Amino acid sequence: MKLLVCISKTPETTAKISFSDDGTSFNSDGVQFIMNPYDEWYALVRAVELAESNGGEVTVLHVGESSSDIIIRKALSIGAHKAARVDAVPTSSMFVATQIVNYVKNNPQDIVFFGKETIDYNGAEVGSMVSEMLDLPYISFASKLEKQGDVFHCDRDIEGGIQTVELSPPFAISAAKGMAEQRIPNMKAIMMSKRKPLEVLEPFQVDEKVSISQYNLPPSKSGVKLIDADNMEELVRLLKDVEKVL
Amino acid sequence: MSVLVFAENFKGLCKKASLEAVFYGNKLASALGQDLHVLTIGEITNLEDLALYGATNIHQISKSSVVDFDSQQFAKAISAQADALEASTVIFAHSAQGKSVAGRVAVRMQAGLVSAVNSIPEISDGFSVGKSLFSGKALAKYQIEGNKRVLTLVGNAVLIEEVSATPNIQDSSIALEESKIKVVKTSTVEGIVPLPEAELVVSAGRGMKGPENWGVIEELADAMGATTACSRPVADADWRPHHEHVGQTGVAIRPNLYIAIGISGAIQHLAGVNNSKVIVVINKDEEAPFFKAADYGIVGDLFDVVPKLTAAYNKVMAN
Ligand SMILES: Cc1cc2nc3c(=O)[nH]c(=O)nc-3n(C[C@H](O)[C@H](O)[C@H](O)COP(=O)(O)OP(=O)(O)OC[C@H]3O[C@@H](n4cnc5c(N)ncnc54)[C@H](O)[C@@H]3O)c2cc1C
Ligand SMILES: Nc1ncnc2c1ncn2[C@@H]1O[C@H](COP(=O)(O)O)[C@@H](O)[C@H]1O
Repeated sequence: MKLLVCISKTPETTAKISFSDDGTSFNSDGVQFIMNPYDEWYALVRAVELAESNGGEVTVLHVGESSSDIIIRKALSIGAHKAARVDAVPTSSMFVATQIVNYVKNNPQDIVFFGKETIDYNGAEVGSMVSEMLDLPYISFASKLEKQGDVFHCDRDIEGGIQTVELSPPFAISAAKGMAEQRIPNMKAIMMSKRKPLEVLEPFQVDEKVSISQYNLPPSKSGVKLIDADNMEELVRLLKDVEKVL
Repeated sequence: MSVLVFAENFKGLCKKASLEAVFYGNKLASALGQDLHVLTIGEITNLEDLALYGATNIHQISKSSVVDFDSQQFAKAISAQADALEASTVIFAHSAQGKSVAGRVAVRMQAGLVSAVNSIPEISDGFSVGKSLFSGKALAKYQIEGNKRVLTLVGNAVLIEEVSATPNIQDSSIALEESKIKVVKTSTVEGIVPLPEAELVVSAGRGMKGPENWGVIEELADAMGATTACSRPVADADWRPHHEHVGQTGVAIRPNLYIAIGISGAIQHLAGVNNSKVIVVINKDEEAPFFKAADYGIVGDLFDVVPKLTAAYNKVMAN
């Protein structure tokens, strides 16, 4: 079984976000980057588990510059067998999706894994685009994936509940919480990851349709209004009459 | 040219997220000087609600009572309908269905996609639209080139008002292709508003000390008709079900009111809740970071404060 896990890089979750003075670019100075948690904790770990129990090969694919190699090595230490990096700045979802599609066309896969979304640009766009370009079924926000004989059973989040679907490879899924548990690689795995293959590929050109013209920081809260614990009726009245949320 | 809104079918009903998308689509269509069309798949019993928010032309694909969602099958049908109507813009709710099908439709239409938009597009100089980034830590303006776009609209971003139209409901000539996935089982929680749609949320964290203490939280939530939520460590310890976990790695919500009880306000927690309209924080530690993100705060022991709040709610609302 060939399993591909697409991994992205995001600012570490507590990073302070800032922009250039004219608000046209993200200021990455001093920002630590990590593997997108959904890609790492859920998609990658589940792919590795499936390969461990059913046999197979897990490849991680990343679109990004060489500064991302540290994240790719981490993915290899978690248990991926090999890695590929498309050497380019991931400028848009369409750009990233096109690079992934190009890779899969040259290296056919049984399952392509995504994270539910990246926590920086909060898009949930790439998985859907790739699935269409490859004409694959796509199960998004999957919280469980089990092999049952020749088919797979997959739980997906729907509004207010969960739905189990059955499907056969090849397909694509995006992984949400519940899919797997975070794995902390040990020293030996970290050492071994250094010897695993990492292929660097040239990007495909893409016609960009979407760009960010302006970044802003959200307006800050005007400050908390403290209310005495013995005065809860006042709070309810404020919520009802002033805020009009009750 | 036209604006096409996909109105989701939830067990035979269109819900608030779809009404918001219709309202938003109607605003955009009038700004662009185009017609608004609304597409539904499967039988829907409240089509007149869509009309209240501006849906004049409603197209129905398949009138069978059950149509299980399949992004591959739906994308083909939605983009075929968009082509037939020469749609410039296709709008989805930023919901489980909308998110998984929007990218596919954008690819088929060769359109520019911006997901999770939170404002009405500006069209005076090109086409630009806002969304929030970095889990709510920043905002951005996206510019879309070309004359086709696909948008997904986050919940609670537009305040809908009735505009009232007479619906013209027609059967679409588009048929659904066969699906490659099979739905084996669907389980939905009955009776409670799911978190992504909830307008009132009561949430609690590790300050509760243990799952046996959740009675006070449930009493408050029941009184208010609110949905309950929790912080991640609480779900990880199985004090509460996983679907209640809000934050960066859990559910992201945008309720009108978020009451956070015994939650410190770690940045990863805030990432999922900072789009709430009003935030109330109850914490015994006045230094808790959550107070910086709150509109109203009560410094005190939650086991004392929460029952008082429930009693006050019942009293004030009874009048
Ligand atoms: C990559 C990453 C992703 C994460 N994603 C999430 C996420 O999605 N959601 C999330 O919630 N967390 C997430 N976390 C964890 C987050 O960093 C915090 O650890 C977590 O939110 C803390 O939960 P808490 O506030 O319930 O507990 P604590 O931080 O332990 O806070 C408990 C609070 O209760 C108060 N308290 C105690 N007793 C009482 C009392 N009797 N009355 C009133 N107040 C009391 C205390 O003063 C304290 O402020 C993530 C962490 C990482 C690293
Ligand atoms: N630069 C990238 N390289 C590889 N995979 C990516 C990249 N960006 C996003 N992805 C994948 O696409 C998923 C959804 O991303 P997004 O559409 O940005 O929310 C992520 O969770 C990753 O699995």
